[in-house]
Amino acid sequence: MKHIRTINKANLKKTAEKGGCGKCQTSCQSACKTSCTIANQQCEANK
Amino acid sequence: MTNTIHRFIQDGEYIVLDVNSGGVHVVDEIVYDLIGELEPPLSEKMPAGIPEKLPKYSAEELKECYDEIYSLYSDGILFSTDEYRKYAELSVKAPIKAMCLHVSHDCDLRCKYCFASTGDFGTGRKIMTPETGRKAIDFLIEKSYGRENLELDFFGGEPLMAWETIKATVDYARSVEKQYNKNFRFTVTTNGMLLNDEKIEYINREMSNCVLSLDGRKEVNDNIRVTRSGKGCYDIIVPKYRQLVESRVNPGRTDYYVRGTFTKYNLDFVEDVLHIAELGFDQLSVEPVTAPSDAPYAITEEDLPEIFAQYDRLYRIMAEHVEKTGKKPFNFFHYMIDLNQGPCAVKRLRGCGCGNEYVAVTPDGDIYPCHQFVGIDEWKMGNIYQGNVDADIANYFAKTHIYSKEGCPDCWARFYCSGGCNANGFIYEGDVRKPHKIQCALMKKRLECGIALGVKVSEASGGEAAETAVPYSGR
Ligand code: SF4
Ligand code: SF4
Repeated sequence: MKHIRTINKANLKKTAEKGGCGKCQTSCQSACKTSCTIANQQCEANK
Repeated sequence: MTNTIHRFIQDGEYIVLDVNSGGVHVVDEIVYDLIGELEPPLSEKMPAGIPEKLPKYSAEELKECYDEIYSLYSDGILFSTDEYRKYAELSVKAPIKAMCLHVSHDCDLRCKYCFASTGDFGTGRKIMTPETGRKAIDFLIEKSYGRENLELDFFGGEPLMAWETIKATVDYARSVEKQYNKNFRFTVTTNGMLLNDEKIEYINREMSNCVLSLDGRKEVNDNIRVTRSGKGCYDIIVPKYRQLVESRVNPGRTDYYVRGTFTKYNLDFVEDVLHIAELGFDQLSVEPVTAPSDAPYAITEEDLPEIFAQYDRLYRIMAEHVEKTGKKPFNFFHYMIDLNQGPCAVKRLRGCGCGNEYVAVTPDGDIYPCHQFVGIDEWKMGNIYQGNVDADIANYFAKTHIYSKEGCPDCWARFYCSGGCNANGFIYEGDVRKPHKIQCALMKKRLECGIALGVKVSEASGGEAAETAVPYSGR
């Protein structure tokens, strides 16, 4: 493509099918305790 | 439109986020403008009237761009649809897997912005007994059926004031975790005042993360974070944090954050971020204060333009470092977005898990949805000695998600923010399901910076997450 560079694998839809296993960290615990930025959490099922 | 794509320009880079697939695209100006004129569903042919709307570009150029857009649309990574509502609607209360253990409702500092009312949460100064700490472990093991990884954060007040209880709780958990097939992860959030060799050694052996409070420059920190006699704590804590972080080398025990708060008094908080980095720390989190809007230090709407400019400045500093060295100068918590391997879509519907997967427990064993609800009577969920947890409250939080919160279903940030902080909604807007407007504005700004930084990192490293370069000496 000349005009667009796609940066990532964009797989949110696929993760919905297998997701929700509950292995991952609870969001607010990790650093801030005053807000929740979910996107910086890691999936632990793929580790 | 906002609920399928989000277009923004960060430092001259045109970025398009496909909200529902998570696709991130860097585009040129024509595509950027063209996308602004399109509404899904798209058809193979460019809609009539576009060349008239965008006379800057030739019809041929536009057609070429449209074909690229259409190809991504067909692949499901541009203008894709939101198919997650069904997962949210099925959600029921889950096992408890994380606990904030308030081992101390007392504090040896008197920080001027403390949301815990200088440590006691308005409930009187108290230290948790070791017996209650052990009881909390039994409670968590019992309520976490099916979950293996359990998290427990020692919090306060100042948790290190309850050192015997911390040790008793950790030692007890380690003695029973195998038998119940659990894996405890301990963390601690401390103001640093009571750190000494023994505590540092123990924390670096047992705690998988620790959060070290420091607001940045000495004068900024010492204006707010003061002892009972009003003296700033910077000179006492910084050497201890250095000692702790330098010896934090045990496997699985290397994570930490130096965490600061910024207020109206230091809207130029990027100076504080850089100051902490220059002290030699590379895991940083500096966040806006949570405060009633009439407090003199509270962040108010008129502060937003200055804060946005600061976030842009921080972005630029970090991005330039990535461009020059291939490495991030440090990790800034709110800009850490893994564009490839973030959490699954189901997790993104509900964020923090408060009152459902996550609870806070007070020195008396009372249970609340999270640390910020502690002391608010109507949210008390039970007591670990009685073993009861209010199922109505837990279900209410299970049903609190991006499709049930005001404004979130149409917000582009919904899969990154997950509906924001429930406690802030309640405290500021009187309703858990009404996101706090200022927090939303800050969240969206940080996400744009974080996504743009993710683009830089991914281009510099071929998709691998970049390491940080320690120590930072970028200026
Ligand atoms: S809480 Fe605010 S920023 Fe977050 S998804 Fe909802 S409306 Fe958007
Ligand atoms: S409600 Fe807010 S403070 Fe409480 S756990 Fe959730 S994000 Fe954190």
